Amino acid sequence: MDVAAPALILRRRPEAGRLARLFDNKTFLICACLTPAIGLLVVFLAYPLGLGVWLAFTDTQIGGGGEYVGIENFVSLAHDPVFLKTVFQTIFYTAVATAGKFALGLWLALLLNHALPFSSIIRAIILLPWIVPTVLSAIAFWWIYDPQFSIISYVLVDRLHLLAHNIDFLGTPWHARFSLIAANIWRGIPFVAISLLAGLQTISPSLYEAAMLDGASPWQRFRFVTAPMLMPILAVVLTFSVLFTFSDFQLVYAITRGGPFDTTQLMATLAFQRGIPGGQLGEGAAIAVAMIPFLVASTLFSYFALSRRKWQQGEANE
Amino acid sequence: MAHVSIRQARKSFGATQILHGVSVEVEDGEFVILVGPSGCGKSTLLRMIAGLENISGGEIAIGGRVVNDVPPKQRDIAMVFQNYALYPHMTVRDNMAFSLKLAGATRVEIEEHVQRAARILDLAPLLARYPRQLSGGQRQRVAMGRAIVRDPQVFLFDEPLSNLDAKLRVQMRAEIKELHQRLQSTIIYVTHDQIEAMTMADKIVVMQAGRVEQVGAPLELYDRPANRFVAGFIGSPAMNFLAGRIADGAFHAGGAAWPLPNAAGGVNGAAVVYGIRPEHMMLSPGGLRATVQVIEPTGSETHVIARVGSASLVCAFRERVAARPGETIEVLPNPALAHLFDEQTGNRLN
Ligand SMILES: Nc1ncnc2c1ncn2[C@@H]1O[C@H](COP(=O)(O)OP(=O)(O)OP(=O)(O)O)[C@@H](O)[C@H]1O
Ligand SMILES: [Mg+2]
Repeated sequence: MDVAAPALILRRRPEAGRLARLFDNKTFLICACLTPAIGLLVVFLAYPLGLGVWLAFTDTQIGGGGEYVGIENFVSLAHDPVFLKTVFQTIFYTAVATAGKFALGLWLALLLNHALPFSSIIRAIILLPWIVPTVLSAIAFWWIYDPQFSIISYVLVDRLHLLAHNIDFLGTPWHARFSLIAANIWRGIPFVAISLLAGLQTISPSLYEAAMLDGASPWQRFRFVTAPMLMPILAVVLTFSVLFTFSDFQLVYAITRGGPFDTTQLMATLAFQRGIPGGQLGEGAAIAVAMIPFLVASTLFSYFALSRRKWQQGEANE
Repeated sequence: MAHVSIRQARKSFGATQILHGVSVEVEDGEFVILVGPSGCGKSTLLRMIAGLENISGGEIAIGGRVVNDVPPKQRDIAMVFQNYALYPHMTVRDNMAFSLKLAGATRVEIEEHVQRAARILDLAPLLARYPRQLSGGQRQRVAMGRAIVRDPQVFLFDEPLSNLDAKLRVQMRAEIKELHQRLQSTIIYVTHDQIEAMTMADKIVVMQAGRVEQVGAPLELYDRPANRFVAGFIGSPAMNFLAGRIADGAFHAGGAAWPLPNAAGGVNGAAVVYGIRPEHMMLSPGGLRATVQVIEPTGSETHVIARVGSASLVCAFRERVAARPGETIEVLPNPALAHLFDEQTGNRLN
């Protein structure tokens, strides 16, 4: 029985039809295999992106057509104080939140890299903020930051008697900005911690032992072994983290909607607000397009400055 | 250079005891090799000397100073790891310079030490390379260079050659031995390869299951193994063991009578184990009749597996043997080189 099967296949081969022969053609096969992927990319990525860029150069409004207006949208944005303030806020938000996420995430990863009791359970718990849908956690933060029912105010005022009045978390500009940054850090830590932990675990323990015998103190071991070996993965994680934070929308929109007085507006929320509720599709698109140079710059920075390491590339150097 | 004493060292991981009181004296400038089967605790003992594992009991002294509570970096030892543990992000030069840099040596001093080590180990052309651009043997030399640069009191090696191919291993064996003769340093070296142990050591420590079975010079272990374990562990092909009884001034096993070693006492009727190394069997007309089962010519020697009575026996002859499997040859042991062991305790009797 087993012997018969290959024989059958062999006999069928010469009778293969045109279709089968077509699939033997390498060029055709490559095209056939690539088509679905390229189709998906075009429909869901290239087309919306292209349309967005196109809209940025028109004065399209919702419900009406639009005409090509050149860089008029960008010129008017350059003189728009709300937009300029938003750019500053976005950069500030990204910088502070990323620094916070990396400081805390690295610290957590270093702790978890030591053999702790229940470390797998702790690792699972740490992932929680990341698993919870953003809007759900935004609602939780909304309550935490509520002017009347905030648990933080409750503890500080009613329990510890450290403050006389409730904190108005979301009502004043700087409070609101830092409250949002705190929420973003909370959400971002798991990604950073787990990624860096994965990086730490690829470092062979014998390197630390060798460094210990070479006379390195714990700080020197971190400085000369951990840090350089973690740098490549750190660069990747940093890039992603900056991209996600810079283009953050959900958290801000759900907690403050950009208020009070646009002081927590990010470029993504402003783009949405101008474009959809405001109806100025062209202007909204222009704000969104204005994010692109920032994102490209930060990607290039981490690619060139941090991730290229000669010792990993193994090029011959005599 | 220093003297190392290990006195009744014990180690447990949780409830399982790994080392049960190990005592070894390493003289100044001596090359001592720890051998033993896998899992017997050699690496653990070495790591205890280095300070990478704490000491559960007993004490370890380096250069007269008890180091039980001394952190690794103050023990003045250098270790070559089995996987070399080179820092992948540092060049060969930086790898070797790292410890000096941490110790605050000047640039000139560092360069001098690195150049000296590079000269000794023939690493000069490779100083600017990264570890991943090196072959296994070169990495091994860098790992040794990193140790040499520090000029430590004691060198520790944990199976440094086990990742190399057979030819390179022979070459590196000679290099390490030469290095020792040149530096006159104290070396403690772990391996489970008994040939490495025999060829390099001044003194061999044979370990089994967390205990020291015997300590001695290589040929001493070969000539007078203290017990059956050491006898079987040292020497290749391994010693033949035959279980039987002593009667009428001969050893009887499997229906054949074997000549006793000269010094054997008259323990008539005692149950003993008779040990004879394959290379101490001779072709001898009129000797014991042996039926050839397998013949393995190695070129320099011919290994013959044969049956004498009901016992199976490995012989290694310098001369070529023409016999084919199934045929009979006549062999005799060199009685002066035979060993007798107690059947119960395995200890040497003669
Ligand atoms: N961290 C540890 N926790 C628990 N048991 C350990 C630990 N390290 C080693 N052991 C046990 O200690 C015993 C000795 O280990 P060790 O590494 O010293 O063996 P070895 O003689 O070096 O063997 P090999 O020749 O295979 O390297 C082994 O049974 C091992 O399972
Ligand atoms: Mg080992």
